[in-house]
Amino acid sequence: MAEATQTGTGAGGGLELAEIGKDLAITALLGAAIFGSTIAFKTETATGGLSLVLRFEEAFFVIAAVVIGRLILLLTVWRRPGGTDRTFVPQALQTRYTEFLAKTGKAFVPIVLLFAVVFPFLPFTDRYLLDLGILILTYVMLGWGLNIVVGLAGLLDLGYVAFYAVGAYSYALLAQYFGLSFWICLPLAGILAAFWGIILGFPVLRLRGDYLAIVTLAFGEIIRIVLLNWYEFTGGPDGLSGIPRPSFFGIPFKRGEGGFADFFGLDYSSIHRIIFLYFLILVLALITNFVTIRLRRLPIGRAWEALREDEIACRSLGLNTVSIKLTAFATGAMFAGFAGSFFATRQGFISPESFTFIESALILAIVVLGGMGSQIGVVIASVAMIGGFEIFREAEQYRMLIFGLAMVMIMIWRPRGLISTREPSIFLKEKKSVSADMVAQGEGH
Amino acid sequence: MADHAKTPLLTVEHLSMRFGGLLAVNDLSMTAYRGDITALIGPNGAGKTTVFNCLTGFYKPTEGRITMHRNDGQEFLLERMDDFRITRNARVARTFQNIRLFGGMTVLENLMIAQHNPLMRASKQTIGGIFGIASFKRAEKEAVEKAEYWLEHINLTQRADDAAADLPYGDQRKLEIARAMCTGPELLCLDEPAAGLNPAESDELNKLLLFVRKECDTGILLIEHDMNVVMEISDHIVVLDYGVKIADGTADEVRSDPKVIAAYLGVEDEEVDAVEHEIEETAAEARP
Ligand SMILES: Nc1ncnc2c1ncn2[C@@H]1O[C@H](COP(=O)(O)OP(=O)(O)O)[C@@H](O)[C@H]1O
Ligand SMILES: [Mg+2]
Repeated sequence: MAEATQTGTGAGGGLELAEIGKDLAITALLGAAIFGSTIAFKTETATGGLSLVLRFEEAFFVIAAVVIGRLILLLTVWRRPGGTDRTFVPQALQTRYTEFLAKTGKAFVPIVLLFAVVFPFLPFTDRYLLDLGILILTYVMLGWGLNIVVGLAGLLDLGYVAFYAVGAYSYALLAQYFGLSFWICLPLAGILAAFWGIILGFPVLRLRGDYLAIVTLAFGEIIRIVLLNWYEFTGGPDGLSGIPRPSFFGIPFKRGEGGFADFFGLDYSSIHRIIFLYFLILVLALITNFVTIRLRRLPIGRAWEALREDEIACRSLGLNTVSIKLTAFATGAMFAGFAGSFFATRQGFISPESFTFIESALILAIVVLGGMGSQIGVVIASVAMIGGFEIFREAEQYRMLIFGLAMVMIMIWRPRGLISTREPSIFLKEKKSVSADMVAQGEGH
Repeated sequence: MADHAKTPLLTVEHLSMRFGGLLAVNDLSMTAYRGDITALIGPNGAGKTTVFNCLTGFYKPTEGRITMHRNDGQEFLLERMDDFRITRNARVARTFQNIRLFGGMTVLENLMIAQHNPLMRASKQTIGGIFGIASFKRAEKEAVEKAEYWLEHINLTQRADDAAADLPYGDQRKLEIARAMCTGPELLCLDEPAAGLNPAESDELNKLLLFVRKECDTGILLIEHDMNVVMEISDHIVVLDYGVKIADGTADEVRSDPKVIAAYLGVEDEEVDAVEHEIEETAAEARP
């Protein structure tokens, strides 16, 4: 049989001793190469310069841990009837997961929504959790916005945060120079971001795949650097402060006469404004979601997905692919603009530091982890990522390491993201989900 | 000769396409007539797909003029138009030699995307669609009906809600043709639609093409490398070899043309007679 010839981890029955030995030797070698240089030698500031500290013992223990860990994995997890499947997770777990999703799928969305609505009023919800909730919802909204570009239209955009920045600065500058209120600036910020999406789109969308990713990445950096260097206009690295806080449709959140608490006969509390911000971002995110779901069932949304599947076929059917890409870019950018102006009003202060590449990467990670094109996947991924970040706050410098490790594990387990099936946009008799392996992922993946 | 009472639907004049040092199409002139099934045949590498790519705007020809005469009298010079405009305005639709369906989308969705332009107009460029205006709902219903009509004709109604990639090969071919028809073409260009089909599927395909010609006011331009496949359904055949047109006429004329036989079998002129005789015999057997 063919599988008998399979070597390494996939070999059926018992693993050959020689195989294991070879595998462990390679592991040890790799370990030595990585940890030998990073752990064994350490520089420390000593009086009059640097001194070198040798830590061979520590390096040895780390390498030993890696080798033993691999041995255990070889003998347990990877010891399966081989050759057929190279995923590292037992098939049973995969199917159980799928079944679980199918069973809970229907009830899941309303429960999450209900929880989101009552969350600020739950007894254990304090200021910290509320702030965390706002942060998560901001990323949910950004994830949903980027999902249009990456998940639906299949265009890999690595500079999404640029539109977030445009939205934030639009509000801050409009408020500063023209004294416009948040409620007027919110749509303007969205429109300006969409406008920038189109400006960027025109030259860029003729590019394909990786080139598109590189140019969007560069665009994100350009916007940030312009913000950083245009000192007179944007305040450069000092940023913009004193951005007006939002009012409750004209009623400010302030102590005393005419304030929100006074108007509704409540005792003044600073938490009112936070709760209001929470609901504001919840509503903004839900609008994003609603519009996206709606668009998916319209010809434009279907065209986005068709574009992800096969651009040449689209053109042969009379679809103007450039304008379809532009609408995807502009729509995604618009939602980032809304989120940006929310960010500005919540923080009261913005600077280019908030709009670095790592933000784009985080939003993209949320979309990819959630399952490209899946709305609820984005929610789960945002909660997991942003919440996870908070949980591991203690771990300080290792936070990114843990985070990266978790990401790698999940992508091995579910390469197409947590929710990877695709729901058809229209059906004749029966709605059947399309399984992930058939759905194309678009360019640059 | 082709029936000259018919009016031309597509005229190709002095079309040349050069890739670097390779002249893939060399001074090709031909006409496809309204209501005809025109076949473009030739051995592999003769330049047939390249001609299609020029017609449908995927390549810009090095030289030549391609004119589409629409049924309402409008004329379009295809060599100057963008690919998507050729489908949208000049009403020329095509399929691909390697099937290009939207595999992750359902069969019905594939047919809906083909009706993107009218639906887009009905949805008032999406704005009206978001608010669910009545005229859009009506247009969408009509689009679904049109899709259902074609699904019936390709016997795929039962599979309307399955992913296109899930279909067997023969059904994918038919779906691609139905999808092209949903764009409302006046000329349908098919690139080797019979490739990879079994005889039963091939038969069904022929019926489908004859149906299209009869019912839809659509001319067909058909590429095929195996000439036996096209003989029974084509009204008019153009033979291409190394980018040059070597024959043009009805099936019988082409079949007996010594140059065609030589091109297909790669034989010298002296041997042609013998081969010709052989082909006559096999053709006679094939006829009912
Ligand atoms: N994009 C291209 N670039 C370079 N050469 C091409 C290209 N497309 C086709 N050709 C060449 O043109 C010739 C005709 O190809 P094609 O039209 O695909 O033939 P057919 O469809 O008749 O089998 C071949 O020699 C092929 O290699
Ligand atoms: Mg070809």
